[in-house]
Amino acid sequence: MSASETTMPKSWRLETKPHKFCPGCGHGLVLKVLGQVVDELDIQERAVFGCDIGCSLLAWDFFNIDSVQTHHGRTTPVITGIVRANPSLIGIAYMGDGGGYAIGSQHLVNAANRNDKIFVLLVNNTNYGMTGGQMAPTTLPGQITETTPYGRDVDETGSPTLGPEMVAAISSETAYVARGTVSNMSKLKKFIKRAMENVVAGRGFSFVEVLATCPTNWRTNARDTWKFLDEDMKKYFKVGEFKTLPTEREE
Amino acid sequence: MERAIKEEKRVFMTGNEVVAWGALAAEADIMYGYPITPQNEVMHYWTRLAPKHGRKFLQTEDELSAGFTTIGGVLAGRRAFTATAGPGNILLQEPVSMAEMMRLPMVMAIMQRGGPSTATVIYSQQEVNLTTSGGNGEALRIVYSTATHQELYDYTIKAFNAAWKYRFPTFILGDGYQAKMREPLVMYNPQDKGVEMAASEPFVGKEGKFGEGREPAHLRNAFSMEEELYEVVMEHIQDYNKITPQIVEYVSLGCEEADLVIVAHGIVSRAAVAAQEKLRREGYRVGFFRPITLRPFPVRALRKVCKSTSKFLVVESAFGQLARLVKEALFGLEAEMDEIFMPGLGITSEKIIGHVKKKSELKV
Repeated sequence: MSASETTMPKSWRLETKPHKFCPGCGHGLVLKVLGQVVDELDIQERAVFGCDIGCSLLAWDFFNIDSVQTHHGRTTPVITGIVRANPSLIGIAYMGDGGGYAIGSQHLVNAANRNDKIFVLLVNNTNYGMTGGQMAPTTLPGQITETTPYGRDVDETGSPTLGPEMVAAISSETAYVARGTVSNMSKLKKFIKRAMENVVAGRGFSFVEVLATCPTNWRTNARDTWKFLDEDMKKYFKVGEFKTLPTEREE
Repeated sequence: MERAIKEEKRVFMTGNEVVAWGALAAEADIMYGYPITPQNEVMHYWTRLAPKHGRKFLQTEDELSAGFTTIGGVLAGRRAFTATAGPGNILLQEPVSMAEMMRLPMVMAIMQRGGPSTATVIYSQQEVNLTTSGGNGEALRIVYSTATHQELYDYTIKAFNAAWKYRFPTFILGDGYQAKMREPLVMYNPQDKGVEMAASEPFVGKEGKFGEGREPAHLRNAFSMEEELYEVVMEHIQDYNKITPQIVEYVSLGCEEADLVIVAHGIVSRAAVAAQEKLRREGYRVGFFRPITLRPFPVRALRKVCKSTSKFLVVESAFGQLARLVKEALFGLEAEMDEIFMPGLGITSEKIIGHVKKKSELKV
């Protein structure tokens, strides 16, 4: 393990560590990778980090990066507005699955379709964590949540949203779209770096969904948390790149 | 920034076009918008003018997005605005509540249409409640209700300056009649008139390196503790109360010696002024009071009027939305209220004159 993997990214804000996420939460891992990529691309001072409402709002003071909390589902338009007004800034919209695929889905779809030069980073933990574990668009079939106490019935409530697949289908050829997981950090870092590079280069819309853990609301111990993330979620959510430069694609 | 209007000129145009020109003269950098009648031509003219003057436009997916992208533009330090109406104004209230909390100077033009629901695309004054007090908060915003095309121009410029000076979301409240009709006005460069243009500055993405005169911005609207929120909200309220005397605007005619004062705002005030003048000529002791700022409301001025007369006739193209503001302002004073409420309909001076005369005859 190299020093860079064991130390905190330079762009992290030390005063706010340890962070506010629950023990075992995937957010910290995603934000670690994001911080490393911001460091490597040396964009700390021209990045703008917008965070959604839900657990992602806890990231508002996570970085020494200009950061703004928005409203639930509205991070994509706020970041779009910033970058449209000042294209020299690097816009990062950070959100959960509810923010991106339910209340803010129209913004995700249209920003992708317009090829806005922003990076949308979406954490998929199959539920609404902050509000106590309700069904999200990404909740697995049969999964128990507070609003599906007998398990998600796909006939009643539909199947898990496949976000990257949708975004890949509607975005421009210059978009970057991938799904990573916190169970494979090196691959996740590769995806997030490519997404950021695509935005820094002003090429196109970039979107990464990250499969992440929520032991608090899953009510799982360490072993079952890992099993749910690495086995159950992967049955529905394919990890890999969906849209990238052809020479770079990785399944 | 290059001056959009080189020299003062008299023009004849629709209100929507006036707003686009006013925004241009006010050095607006970018508009974000979504189609809805009757404000569409604000976008139509802006999209034609903007590229010629180095300004920008983004058509969004809805008014939530139009409002939140406008917030993004403001955060980037640009003079950003949007325009909408009716159901679009409802969606706009969500971003406005964020602007209220975070003191973001977003500017919006509202061209009121009939309500509730989809209703008509034509005209009303039914968006007073929403525009003055929409949102989950304390309604800390500035609302200018215009009556003429000249005012649409003047107050569009003023709205940008008030927003950036005081850091509260600011509305220009027009209506479908003003939006669509043509009228003469004089367009000018505000600096030539001695108007001081409030500077805009970025909230994020400032120049410079961290630790060298620049610290990373951390902007939030969510709080963990009740006391934290209380402190922030009370500070905003104190700021708002402090600047209220500087913002409040109204027109008062003949109220000192009147048996009855007609109260109206926006385009209806034109019929009310005409009625007041005619009734005066015919010997009726009638005054006229018009709030230009519906928020903050000219409470002191109206209460002063109430010292010389206690009879008020509120006239509006809504069912008591202005009257509610009037009653609230007059709370505790002896006042007799009469009304002409015509939701979604235009109101003529004849209608008002007839009403006043009929009521006077009944008295006799």
